[in-house]
Amino acid sequence: MALSREEVAALGRLARIELSTEELEHLAPQLDQILEHVARVSEVAAADIQPTSHPLPLSNVFRSDEVRECLSAEEALSGAPAVEDGRFRVPRILGESA
Amino acid sequence: MSASTSSGPDLTRSTAADLAARIAAQEISAVEVTQAHLDRIAAVDPAVHAFLHVDGERALAQAAAIDTRISSGEQVGPLAGVPLALKDVLTYSGAPTTCGSKFLEGWVPPYDATVTKRLLDAGIVILGKTNMDEFAMGSSTENSAYGPTHNPWDLDRIPGGSGGGSSASLAAFEAPLAIGTDTGGSIRQPAAVTGTVGVKPTYGGTSRYGLVALASSLDQPGPCARTVLDAALLHEVIAGYDPADSTSIDAPVPPVVEAARSGDVSGMRIGVVKEFSGEGYAPGVEQRFREAVATLEKLGAEIVEVSCPSFTYAMPAYYLILPSEASSNLAKFDSMRYGLRVGDNGVASAEEVMAATREAGFGAEVKRRIMIGTYALSSGYYDAYYGQAQKVRTLIINDFNKAYEQVDVLVSPTTPTTAFKLGEKVDDPLAMYLNDLCTIPSNLAGNASASFPVGLAPEDGLPVGLQVIAPPLADDRLYRVGAALERALTDSWGGPLLSGIPELEVAR
Repeated sequence: MALSREEVAALGRLARIELSTEELEHLAPQLDQILEHVARVSEVAAADIQPTSHPLPLSNVFRSDEVRECLSAEEALSGAPAVEDGRFRVPRILGESA
Repeated sequence: MSASTSSGPDLTRSTAADLAARIAAQEISAVEVTQAHLDRIAAVDPAVHAFLHVDGERALAQAAAIDTRISSGEQVGPLAGVPLALKDVLTYSGAPTTCGSKFLEGWVPPYDATVTKRLLDAGIVILGKTNMDEFAMGSSTENSAYGPTHNPWDLDRIPGGSGGGSSASLAAFEAPLAIGTDTGGSIRQPAAVTGTVGVKPTYGGTSRYGLVALASSLDQPGPCARTVLDAALLHEVIAGYDPADSTSIDAPVPPVVEAARSGDVSGMRIGVVKEFSGEGYAPGVEQRFREAVATLEKLGAEIVEVSCPSFTYAMPAYYLILPSEASSNLAKFDSMRYGLRVGDNGVASAEEVMAATREAGFGAEVKRRIMIGTYALSSGYYDAYYGQAQKVRTLIINDFNKAYEQVDVLVSPTTPTTAFKLGEKVDDPLAMYLNDLCTIPSNLAGNASASFPVGLAPEDGLPVGLQVIAPPLADDRLYRVGAALERALTDSWGGPLLSGIPELEVAR
């Protein structure tokens, strides 16, 4: 199938990973090799086979709607890269034109 | 209390069951046992690098609390006071959880995993957190951002992965018990290459709450130990229903300890998986495997060859399903709520910061798998890749179901080769993936499986593991086979396999 560097860069963008030129060079043939190997799944699975997404036949699990102990705000924020006014501080989320 | 006391070195060679009995009988104190293991870690871990974090002070405090409870006459659990090494993918409040990644360097979780909580409730002493491939992606621990772990049998070789820190800590006598997690073989393959015991419980048998997810439909925590009974005792502590994990099975824990004590395989029907032999399998691995199967036959088991043709497609299916689930699970590492953040200069947007952080924080294998998953789930490719892989998963489950109409358990070598040299496969993803060839089908089907040591390969003197796979919720059968092998083989070797491991050089 031969993934091009541009295609790998596009995958990186979808996955939110900013890849360097050297990484693109290095990863493209490796990803290609892996994809070629995994494509073997198309050899066996015919249309009449049901897909399995999970080993257990579970339906959704609910708990009773009761107030329980949970993390305090301090605990929830304790691992944050940046905190301001008791909240997660994040970079700007709107584009330049905003 | 140091390694120089007469009881010190012996304590680190004991089984967990013996240690617990002697602690409960007040022959030795839990503090003494913990200190002996901390001393051992200080002496050998500079060379082995099994631990990312040693939690000495808290471990000693936990041990002292057990000693107090025992001396006040309180009845304690069967593993109370025994030290344990915890894989760094499970949260333990107050200690960093890094998952072997730079992304989570120094992250201290604000809560305990259910497994961690059950360990502490059982009076088990947590020595620290063990090294692993980054986010559990790998078979050698070489993908750890903090450097690889070395196999105590030969420091130039891999200890398996992703749970190589846990397996190495056992083989280096740094801990008698460890916790691993198994998504495609991360408990069993490290056990095989270090001559230790590792069990992947039935999916849903142990809780995933507080386990940093790799692939949610495959991940399962499990016990690691040097003996079959120790693994069973630990299994019983951590297993059982947990309402905090929506995939937890609300059923009694299979009688694993009873099975480990029995070891009776007479009349048991054991199927040898035909597809897991031949090309790519080391001669010494095949030889020890055949000998172990012959031993089981001598002990009264009925051996049959079983064909599971779809198993040859397990690896390609797994390397679509796992990356797909992983790319979704790892999307949470977005630099907003925890972990690393780079490039936040006040100008860059959240999306730019996110992409720069993920570039800086993830290693090569994590990036490869996220991108494969992204590709497999993207529109236009979904049906051909992820959809087809899910169908293969059905075929593999069908093969298992058919096999279990004929046999009680299946067996195979755990891994095709013994431990390879560090560096040998680190930049060759497909060669690395082949290590999990035999272990992957069990994860895809969600049944129970384990690896037990069956000797050293004659060609290189390195440990070989035998894998047992049992139907869902028949975890006890694993221990029955493991205990039978352990008894017969220990007799024939004149002692446990690990008694023949080379002495590690001790740091001063």
